[in-house]
Amino acid sequence: MEERVIMAGFGGQGLMTIGQLLAYAGLEEDKNVSWMPSYGPEQRGGTANCHVIVSDGPVGSPVISEATGVIVMNRPSLEKFESYLIQGGVLVIDSTLIDVKASRTDVEAIYVPADEMANEMGNSKMANMIMLGAYVQKTGVVKLESLFNALRHVWGNTAKERFVEPNIEAIKKGAGLIGELVK
Amino acid sequence: MARILMKGNEALGEAAIKAGAKFYFGYPITPQNEVSAYMAERLPEVGGVFLQAESEVSAINMVYGAGGAGARVLITSSSPGISLMQEGISYIAGAEIPAVIVNVMRGGPGLGGIQPGQADYFQATRGGGHGDYFMVVLAPESIQEMVDIMQEAFDIADQYRNPVMILADGMMGQMMEAVDLDNVEKSDRNLPPKTWATTGMAHHQGKNIINSLELDPAKLEKHNLDLKKKYDEMAKNEVKYEMYKCDDADIIAVAYGTTARIVKNTIDMASREGIKMGLIRPISLWPFPQEPFDRTADRAKAYISVEMSMGQMVEDVRLAVNGRKPVHFYGRTGGMIPEPKDILAEIKNILGGVK
Repeated sequence: MEERVIMAGFGGQGLMTIGQLLAYAGLEEDKNVSWMPSYGPEQRGGTANCHVIVSDGPVGSPVISEATGVIVMNRPSLEKFESYLIQGGVLVIDSTLIDVKASRTDVEAIYVPADEMANEMGNSKMANMIMLGAYVQKTGVVKLESLFNALRHVWGNTAKERFVEPNIEAIKKGAGLIGELVK
Repeated sequence: MARILMKGNEALGEAAIKAGAKFYFGYPITPQNEVSAYMAERLPEVGGVFLQAESEVSAINMVYGAGGAGARVLITSSSPGISLMQEGISYIAGAEIPAVIVNVMRGGPGLGGIQPGQADYFQATRGGGHGDYFMVVLAPESIQEMVDIMQEAFDIADQYRNPVMILADGMMGQMMEAVDLDNVEKSDRNLPPKTWATTGMAHHQGKNIINSLELDPAKLEKHNLDLKKKYDEMAKNEVKYEMYKCDDADIIAVAYGTTARIVKNTIDMASREGIKMGLIRPISLWPFPQEPFDRTADRAKAYISVEMSMGQMVEDVRLAVNGRKPVHFYGRTGGMIPEPKDILAEIKNILGGVK
């Protein structure tokens, strides 16, 4: 098993964070992981992306040229990264923020109204977690429980501890869109 | 302790502390700024000193001072910053001071860019500064290997009283990977006591002087001959490399650092298409490994050096192959990262040509 996922959107939407969370969750399951951020003259509101690999074997290049999954939270990212997907790859699109459909027909596009759902939960900043929940539930790259444990381990006993449970709820909401929750 | 997820820049800082570094001097430059931030927070916790100098020239001369006093000292920078330090590195080599220098390479020349590069190979392996000197240059391919190599780098520096350089790149600095910091193998090197260090007169008789100036040509030649003996010892003892799927390979790629990981992906793609490809991965760039070439030159049809440069290590590959087989080159530069499918296309071209 090797999942290679690109997560992209505006700076501040939390794509880097869910990328790290997925890597931590892979680590919880003793898999090999890498997280590679785009870096450069970045700014709030500019575009940001990260490449995450979760693998049973050693991770080769941390930079992904053929993605098994793409998560996008703005339109420029959809247009840029759609082409990176392999045939049959999973493309998760924030349909609140992106008002166009995927142009590829050979990939599995999933439309998640993540921003709308996060607003209903009372905090639009959790849209990233809803996107991650949907992606993980769809692909099974890690168990949802591993994501929850990763959140607890990384944010527990820090100033962010109070965000752990709400974020777990957001991940479950996203996963719930795909089907029965798998624990 | 279990494996934790860490950024390369932070992991190398922690590894240096675990190896006993108590001093870190630097000046900010992307893509290695996380090292400074990490050391600023961590070193005071272990009774060490973090100091941001006013320039790279100043920072490397602080290394000269701390290393000369016998301390384990780390300095990091990225390509343009390392260029500014070359005078100091030459002095450190001349005065025989142990130190570990990390270059988290970016694209050049000049100010260049801030994305990953490997175009400082010549600078690192051929001295970089003036005068006859060499450093052991180590190029890890993963964050775990960088952590393991850090301990080794400090030991090599102390054993030979010589600077050691770790050559990484922006990808290695910025990426996160799982790393185990607690099970780093301690070497069994018998490190000599630092009786030469300038620690004051309390513990020894006579003067200790750290200096690289010698105006008497006969004495300076003698010093150079002594240094040469040391470099010969280093060249004999400090060779490190990995051979990956070389046994029945028709074509052997040569790559180091993150590029080697990309080549490993290429080898998997190649093998799915029935192409027998292997990899020689020099871990020590100086001394450059000769043995893996001698072991493969009969069997392989050709070699290809793959680099994030316009062709630098390829010269060492040609020296090592020494005309026995053709040596090709594939490189991307300026911050562009080679892709496995492009490397494979090049390999197919070459194999098509030699049939």
